[in-house]
Amino acid sequence: MRSVGTLTRADLAETVNRKLGFSRSESLDLLEAILEHMCEALKKGENVKISGFGSFVLRDKKERVGRNPKTGVEVPITPRRVLTFRASQLLKDRIAKS
Amino acid sequence: MIRSELLQKLGEGNPELRSEEIEQVVDLFFEEIARQLAEGGRVELRGFGTFSTREREARQGRNPRTGETVEVDAKRVPFFKPGKEMRRLLNED
Repeated sequence: MRSVGTLTRADLAETVNRKLGFSRSESLDLLEAILEHMCEALKKGENVKISGFGSFVLRDKKERVGRNPKTGVEVPITPRRVLTFRASQLLKDRIAKS
Repeated sequence: MIRSELLQKLGEGNPELRSEEIEQVVDLFFEEIARQLAEGGRVELRGFGTFSTREREARQGRNPRTGETVEVDAKRVPFFKPGKEMRRLLNED
């Protein structure tokens, strides 16, 4: 597989600028606003579902015993909330076929 | 939160924009991430997380209904790793 590298906010803003005609700074602000609204919902404990793309799903993990892989010492892993991404079937199919 | 609620929030924050314009930006945002992943690349959104893909080897699977053994081909699957700030945000209190 050829390497196509990594896109960042700046690259996505560049695409918004080029394809939709918003200025670069406006494009960056809009992308930032999208991420901020998603973060805000997740912070409140809401899952975020974008049809055709996928769902960001929160999971509450109970405390469990972990191990320091270097020393082998057992340490408790505190209960925490984690974020998982479940890609839509559409996205899975697109990626599997490519 | 679903897509339409996201559009509504963005609309409230950008009253100078038409709703179609906001919709175009949101659609392009997710489409560009999907396209980059389909091309084998990654998308790194600092603070939020990183989208990438991982290889899954071919394996023998089983049809859960019939118990029949089936060959599952090797494939690429989407993967998301939340960023540090995101992990902190979710565990603030």
